Amino acid sequence: MSVPEALRPNGTGNGNGTTEPIPRPTLANWFNDGWITTKRNLIKIKRVPDILVFTLIQPIMFVLLFSYVYAGSIDIPGSSYKEFIMAGIFAQTVVFGSTYSGSAMAQDLKSGIIDRFRTLPMSPSAVLIGRTNGDLLINGISMVVMMSTGLVVGWRIRSSPLEAIGAVALLLLFSYAFSWVMAFLGMLVSSPEIINNASFLVLFPLTFISNAFVPSDNLPTPLRIFAELNPVSALVQAARKLFGNVPAQSRIPDVWTLQNPELTVLIGVAALLLVFVPLAIRKFSKISSR
Amino acid sequence: MAFIEAHNLVKTYTPRGSGIVRALDGLTLAVPRASVQALLGPNGAGKTTAVKVLTTLVVPDSGTATIGGVDVMRDGDLVRPIIGVSGQYAAVDENLTGFENLDMVGRLYHLGRQESRARAKELIDLFDLTEAQNRPVKGFSGGMRRRIDLAGALVTRPRVLFLDEPTTGLDPRSRLGMWDIITSLVGEGTTVLLTTQYLEEADRLADSISVIDGGKVIAEGTSDELKASIGGQRVELNLVSASDRQKTFEVLARHGNSRPTISPDERTLTVSVVDGPTALQLILAELGASGVALFDAGMRRPTLDDVFLRLTGHAASDEDSPNGTGKKRDTGKKRPNRGRRARDEDPTPSPGAAHTDPDRT
Repeated sequence: MSVPEALRPNGTGNGNGTTEPIPRPTLANWFNDGWITTKRNLIKIKRVPDILVFTLIQPIMFVLLFSYVYAGSIDIPGSSYKEFIMAGIFAQTVVFGSTYSGSAMAQDLKSGIIDRFRTLPMSPSAVLIGRTNGDLLINGISMVVMMSTGLVVGWRIRSSPLEAIGAVALLLLFSYAFSWVMAFLGMLVSSPEIINNASFLVLFPLTFISNAFVPSDNLPTPLRIFAELNPVSALVQAARKLFGNVPAQSRIPDVWTLQNPELTVLIGVAALLLVFVPLAIRKFSKISSR
Repeated sequence: MAFIEAHNLVKTYTPRGSGIVRALDGLTLAVPRASVQALLGPNGAGKTTAVKVLTTLVVPDSGTATIGGVDVMRDGDLVRPIIGVSGQYAAVDENLTGFENLDMVGRLYHLGRQESRARAKELIDLFDLTEAQNRPVKGFSGGMRRRIDLAGALVTRPRVLFLDEPTTGLDPRSRLGMWDIITSLVGEGTTVLLTTQYLEEADRLADSISVIDGGKVIAEGTSDELKASIGGQRVELNLVSASDRQKTFEVLARHGNSRPTISPDERTLTVSVVDGPTALQLILAELGASGVALFDAGMRRPTLDDVFLRLTGHAASDEDSPNGTGKKRDTGKKRPNRGRRARDEDPTPSPGAAHTDPDRT
């Protein structure tokens, strides 16, 4: 049987095979690998309608539900509930948007494609970078959708454009760092369903027992203490502050993290990344399907 | 020095809810450059774990492994660029098209953009996936997925190709196609390590076969050597009446070179023979003369079960994967009750022509 040129191995045949890898500096390969795996996740967003629905419809739904269902009943002194709630919805949505990385890593592990990646001469961080970039993009789209919907229903940014950009940046930064946590956790579980259900159980209390939807002052003491120390509260407070939506007459709890919410978020983001990026890469370098 | 060498690999797992599983228990292998080596064994024998160690996916508890003299465990970064791996479970992205999957792999092997696309196209055509290339893999048949997966392993024309059960679960036509592809690769100097549960597959593709059981090599040799060691062809008879079994047993014992075996229903008798056609003729003539009625009579080649029985004293199909994942078995086997029957055969291990020293380097 004559052997097609396409199947000739390296180092044999006529020697002018065109499939020799390009010698490139490590850093260039790293960027290449990160981009290729990001592209993989972008294609997935395009092909899987659920993701787009979740990304586009759910944020709109949340903004409308909270603005119209609760706004009439909840009175925020010195502000409107619509303005108060928006930072909370933003924070909750981007935190939940970060959980894709968890289920996607679990799914990759289950399907076996992790084994393919791990036998390729690619950077061990690339799959994770592509994955977390995918979440970042989804969260970016969500932010644009939510802010537009918010503006339509009467939410207003009462700060400078620069501060507003700062608010969006902090929300996205936090969600990005959180994606790495979820990606790490996704590699520890045995199925994508587990990570989905578990994150639901953890993130709902975490986002609701906070200052996201009601001022924490009115909560029963144990919940109030939890809410004041909750990192999500700091994120919400930072966004609310930078959008200029903090009610004029409100008292900010005397907790350092809420008094300095922007700094708290930045420190938190740095800490999460410093811990979970190396942990996730280390874990990735050892896992194998089945 | 062989191109792929593994020495005394040990790997244990502790699956949830059960004791320690010794997936590899002192596995030693030596595969010469540009040869095809088959690892033949049942589910749970350690074949996949061996491939995972050699492809840098799993770090063994102890032992050494080198490819082209490079330490697989220490210098995985140097090994990965020269190997191609295709596993039992197609490692493809369901949401990408066939073309996109191959292009992605090409780019991650650090081919240039144009080269990667050209190579993906070339492989798509070669693997007869031209029509399906722009459809997401999600909608592919099992055979198409496996072809895309194998194509992924060939993107850079690897010097070493690992194929873990390349045809398990494929229909007969796809299996033949896969065999053709593997055969053509071999002719061009690729070193291939393939695992299989099927003696026929090892026979057809491999220069040398390592029979694996319980995480170690229990016999090595060429296909001919292995088959000779277990007595070559078999004559198998199905009786109309079980009452003829004693008479038939005696006839078979005279013409065969092993003790005939009788199935649990006492109507199927098997014996290994030296010259199949002649033995069959003589046996049939003799049985006909003594009035034994037969449902069926024929020759068959030794199966994996026969090899295993002789080498280990237990049938291959007694073994199942340790975690009970129920991997797909060959549906084309001639004998549906082979496991049950094989147990009845004479469990004497054969010294045979095959090399049976597991500690060979």
